Amino acid sequence: MPNGWFRRRKQPDRAASARAQDVPEGLWQPCTRCRELLFTPELERNLKVCSRCGYHFPLSARQRVSLLLDPDSFVETDTDLETLDPLHFPRYLERLAHYREVTGLKDAALCGEGTVEGIPVTLAVTDAGFLMGSMNTVVGEQITRTVERATDRGWATILVSGSGGGARMQEGLLSLMQMPKTSAALARHHAARRLAIVILTDPSMGGVQASWGSLGDVILAEPGARVAFAGPRVAQQAGVQKPPPDYQTAEFCFRHGQLDRVCPRRELRDTVARLLRFAAVPVRSAHRGHPVLAR
Amino acid sequence: MPENILEFEQPIAQLEAQIAEIKRLTAVEGVDRGEEIALLEAQVEQLRLKILGDLTAWDHTQIARHPKRPYALDFIRLMCDDFLELHGDRLAGDDGAMVGGIARIGEQQLVVTGQQKGRDIHERQRRNFGSARPEGYRKALRLMRLAEKFGRPVVCLVDTPAADCSVAAEEHGICEAIAHNMRDMFLLTVPIIVAVIGEGGSGGAIGIGVGDRILMLEHAIYSIIPPEGCAAILWKDPKRGPEAADQLRLTAQHALAFGVVDEIVPEPLGGAHRDVDATARALKDAVCRHLDELSAIPVEQLLRQRYERFRRLGPVLDPRAAGQAACDGRVDGDGAEPAR
Repeated sequence: MPNGWFRRRKQPDRAASARAQDVPEGLWQPCTRCRELLFTPELERNLKVCSRCGYHFPLSARQRVSLLLDPDSFVETDTDLETLDPLHFPRYLERLAHYREVTGLKDAALCGEGTVEGIPVTLAVTDAGFLMGSMNTVVGEQITRTVERATDRGWATILVSGSGGGARMQEGLLSLMQMPKTSAALARHHAARRLAIVILTDPSMGGVQASWGSLGDVILAEPGARVAFAGPRVAQQAGVQKPPPDYQTAEFCFRHGQLDRVCPRRELRDTVARLLRFAAVPVRSAHRGHPVLAR
Repeated sequence: MPENILEFEQPIAQLEAQIAEIKRLTAVEGVDRGEEIALLEAQVEQLRLKILGDLTAWDHTQIARHPKRPYALDFIRLMCDDFLELHGDRLAGDDGAMVGGIARIGEQQLVVTGQQKGRDIHERQRRNFGSARPEGYRKALRLMRLAEKFGRPVVCLVDTPAADCSVAAEEHGICEAIAHNMRDMFLLTVPIIVAVIGEGGSGGAIGIGVGDRILMLEHAIYSIIPPEGCAAILWKDPKRGPEAADQLRLTAQHALAFGVVDEIVPEPLGGAHRDVDATARALKDAVCRHLDELSAIPVEQLLRQRYERFRRLGPVLDPRAAGQAACDGRVDGDGAEPAR
């Protein structure tokens, strides 16, 4: 019954968007993907996942922290680092000022420490709402410090990418150098046999994905998140044609063995906690680690 | 007359053509015009010094991409007394865009790896224009492990417009390949020397770009994005590449100023393609000098210095680190660093 099938799909959509214009702002909102009208308090209870189609709404870095960490356990660190704008890039400082206002963050990452079911971790989150979560000198420094702090304390670290912008063009070569810098910190963390968990959210791409975004002992991704090396513009320029329908999504990466799990938001915290418990062995009784970097 | 004249070289080429024409006429007509020729030749020399001594970022970009520029295998052939190419990543394939193998310079055994571009259309395709695939990065790392196993140093020659971003590259995990190369290069217990010999294209370059010394040829470029791509994003106009090149600070001088590279290896006037042998000699001298220095450093110190070398890149403003440089390269808890 193709006709009925189509009608059923389309009618609520139209009705939903029509109704969306009448309701008081904030109380109801349409789902970005399926346009279903969602009752906001219900959506919040559902961790901002559409109850109809499962679409994962974007979370801010702060919402991400409260999703993952034990309530009130978060202590923010390195909050007020600022870029030196090394290239004096045109209009860059204006754009930074704009995004600072919009997100309440100094730059694209929020980092600190806290606990997950009582287990201490350091954590850094990049916020896709701030210049596409791209990694500049500040974000690179924050990620590096977050990992180093975990290594030095013998903790696990959790890195959450919402970095669709990769390494940030406006800081040029020095943004690029944050790729090896953060990878170095993870090398040291790895050599010291500490756990690194990477969580990929929409979108996770480019230079971030080709550095710390791929360096978790375990890599989780939210359903539907775009995860890739080349952003659509770059891919198009490179002449990529007829890609598969789920190209550059978490599901695509999972199919190709690049992710451990596509993990619905509701299950993230528990999955992380289980990983942390697994890795929380007294390290002295484990292997002694890399002969050179581990202490 | 030489082919592939770059835009900024046009005035020089025109004068040179003029001289050639006069010389030809001299031969045909038997009239001695030696004075005129000498005068013009002096002019050419002046012009050459003036133009080539003051290149823009875009000029450097053109030289770095010059079709006659020596590529990785040219340098390997000219620098090494012996080279045996080794192939394959042992997982999926052998990437023509990344070459590598064991080599010898004098008494020094080493592993050399690098991106390779192609000369003609067939080779360019086979080499994927120097855009390495995941298989290439994994091959490079495998060869580095071979070097590590026998205590041999590694030399990486960087020359790539970018890493491959085809569907196959995404399927085979190009991100994972680049990321793991970087991570494991920080743990590699033998000296690594990186030389950017042409285009240092973003993630594609840094995928074999971690080392104890980073060298860069005088006219090579190192950039987070090709200038055309930057122009397309900034001004929706890829033709404004020259402006973008300037804005991106992608020259060797800038990379040196940022602390991203340690030394600039000089090229002959006008670029490496003008005298390939001389360029290879200069690079070989620099590589050997740094290898000598590095071989004297105990491995723990070597790795700590490698870490700190990259750790301090990208200083930021840190109001809480009162008076202290934001990222001073210190590795907390790793103990005092012996002076070198």
